Amino acid sequence: MNKLTGAQILMQMLKEEGVDTIFGYPGGVVLDIYDELARTDLRHILVRHEQGAVHAADGYARATGKVGVCLVTSGPGATNTVTGIATAYMDSIPIIVFTGQVPTKLIGNDAFQEVDIVGITRPCTKHNYLVKDVKNLAKTIKEAFHIARSGRPGPVLIDLPKDVSISKTNFKVPDDVELRSYNPTYVPNKKQLEKVVALIKKAKKPVIFTGGGVILSKAHKELAELAKKTRIPVTGTLMGLGGFPGTDPLWLGMLGMHGTYRANMSVSECDLMLAVGVRFDDRVTGKTDEFATDAKIVQIDIDPTSIQKNIQVAIPVVGDCKITLEMLNQLINKENTDDYEQKHKKWLDKIKNWKHTTPLAYNQKNVIKPQYVIEKLYELSKGEAIITTEVGQNQMWASQYYHFNQPGRFISSGGLGTMGFGLPAAVGAQAGMPDKLVVDIAGDGSIQMNIQEMATAVQYNLPVKIIILNNGFLGMVRQWQELFYDRCYSSTKFVHTPDFVKLAEAYGAVGLRATKPKEVESVLKKGISSPGPVIMDFVVEPEECVYPMVPAGAPISKMLLV
Amino acid sequence: MTEKKHLLSILVENEPGVLSRIAGLFSGRGYNIESLCVAETADPLVSRITMVTIGDSFILEQIKKQLNKLINVIKVSDLTGLDYVGRELVLIKINAKTENRAEILRVIDIFRGQVVDVGQDHYTISITGDTEKISAILNLLKPFGIRELARTGSIALFRENKSK
Repeated sequence: MNKLTGAQILMQMLKEEGVDTIFGYPGGVVLDIYDELARTDLRHILVRHEQGAVHAADGYARATGKVGVCLVTSGPGATNTVTGIATAYMDSIPIIVFTGQVPTKLIGNDAFQEVDIVGITRPCTKHNYLVKDVKNLAKTIKEAFHIARSGRPGPVLIDLPKDVSISKTNFKVPDDVELRSYNPTYVPNKKQLEKVVALIKKAKKPVIFTGGGVILSKAHKELAELAKKTRIPVTGTLMGLGGFPGTDPLWLGMLGMHGTYRANMSVSECDLMLAVGVRFDDRVTGKTDEFATDAKIVQIDIDPTSIQKNIQVAIPVVGDCKITLEMLNQLINKENTDDYEQKHKKWLDKIKNWKHTTPLAYNQKNVIKPQYVIEKLYELSKGEAIITTEVGQNQMWASQYYHFNQPGRFISSGGLGTMGFGLPAAVGAQAGMPDKLVVDIAGDGSIQMNIQEMATAVQYNLPVKIIILNNGFLGMVRQWQELFYDRCYSSTKFVHTPDFVKLAEAYGAVGLRATKPKEVESVLKKGISSPGPVIMDFVVEPEECVYPMVPAGAPISKMLLV
Repeated sequence: MTEKKHLLSILVENEPGVLSRIAGLFSGRGYNIESLCVAETADPLVSRITMVTIGDSFILEQIKKQLNKLINVIKVSDLTGLDYVGRELVLIKINAKTENRAEILRVIDIFRGQVVDVGQDHYTISITGDTEKISAILNLLKPFGIRELARTGSIALFRENKSK
């Protein structure tokens, strides 16, 4: 058997796991790994900040469905990954973060660029490892990939001391992983499902409520089958967008704080809720005591901790969303005697009426409305683009006015709400999906949090398009100040903002600007058709609000409307 | 919902950092640890953590699920309400002046404790028993003046079915 160094084993194992792209930033203790990397055909994308590397790996994972990988150095390199790791953890995204560490002998000595990154990331990783002996390296990497992508996916961090990457050992690809302490439940209890079928048959006003779990388990086809067969309308969380076709008549739009009127009303009035791959986040439920009070709630999730955490449910089902829905469809097919179309007609008519009386709306004036920009983008990209977002108003308008018919098309930091996520995530998504149009919908605040990744996009010719909805404010915070703090705009006005067109040009990208509604379409057309990265700066209505809005802590049926 | 004490017996991989994962889970999510006792089992790769925690049934369900979710946790059993044997060890350093010595020894004897160290004016006493017994003897010894006290916290094992 041939002896390999730790760095060589790492490269072999990455190949073994099917990795072809990694995002990273070199430094002192990972020099040996980078030296080895240069000798492989792995594509390394050199970001401009380690936070960008993690978000890029995350965007890559969300767009491709594969595990995203990044590599950074010790100390500050490692701490810079924390926000990215927490972002991936909250949204259950499978990524592996390799961090360099000082040599094992120096650990604990406060050595140069030493930090206890395993300790720091314990609460925001699915699992993490410090590899102290090169003999354990291959097995650890194998385990890490297994843990990251199985069950409820999530980020796994591996800390690699410098001496481990240099030491040699016999290398053999490890056998399949078996962990006695980790066995996610994929196949649900059939008896529970029989109860669910009985509830579906009895329900008069049912709703399906979907989340990120549908996308992560690739259950979209099974979900569509269930909804269409039983004629049950579908709403979803931000993370669930694309899990059910956004243009289907059964789609209610997003639920929650900025959900559509018909989604929030349907949930408030339904008598049965089938919750699939959701965790009942506070942004979705509003006041929990008044959430779906008339409904029997069925909750399907692979993670038992998500069940019964925020909301009491009538029937808990632990299992993989895809497998569970598949089994549910089979059970329903077996006794397909019900005319669901007829049975749910009254309910669906009521919902149709809500859509008619209270649709998503905004008032077009002689200034550019941010919603209009997104509507136009949807039209021009024929709904085919991969959309990443930053966080705040830009994110909510993107979720309301762009319609997603497929999973993996809407990439957004839902749980942690990380400003600065969109651009590096777009870079990662574009690296994984080179033939797709990738658009980052941003605000003038968020975009400046990781603007340095423009250089990465230009260097690797990743032709991401950035739409800045430039209102000169931290828009969502300003909106709260307008509505709940007597318009005291404390520290939300950007008195100085860079010229984004010139900034784009300085990075070697194309910069475009629209200041009037009639320029929107031509700027979008020009931007989308440009071959490289583009920043499109849309100077929009400064004090536009996102509606509907449910004030924090209120029941979701109590919406503020336009 | 009413809060109640629960006795959890947790089998974990005997690896560095596992206790920190569990302690971090409790502090991060605002759960309580009343007592904690950790040591290797007969299998050196596995440790047993015995923990007393407090919460209503909703919180307890989350605690058990969250513990199970940790990759290094092999098994979580809630012994509360089940038939189990529970013990705690306490070492008590107590003032023992000549005039009190006989009385102290009598109390210790009733509780089947032992004097494990003697000085000019103190005893160190070792006692094992369930939590109620320990509390009872501490109450009785308090008037003599307890100088120092070390308790292990509960350890417990499920009582197997005897008729088989």
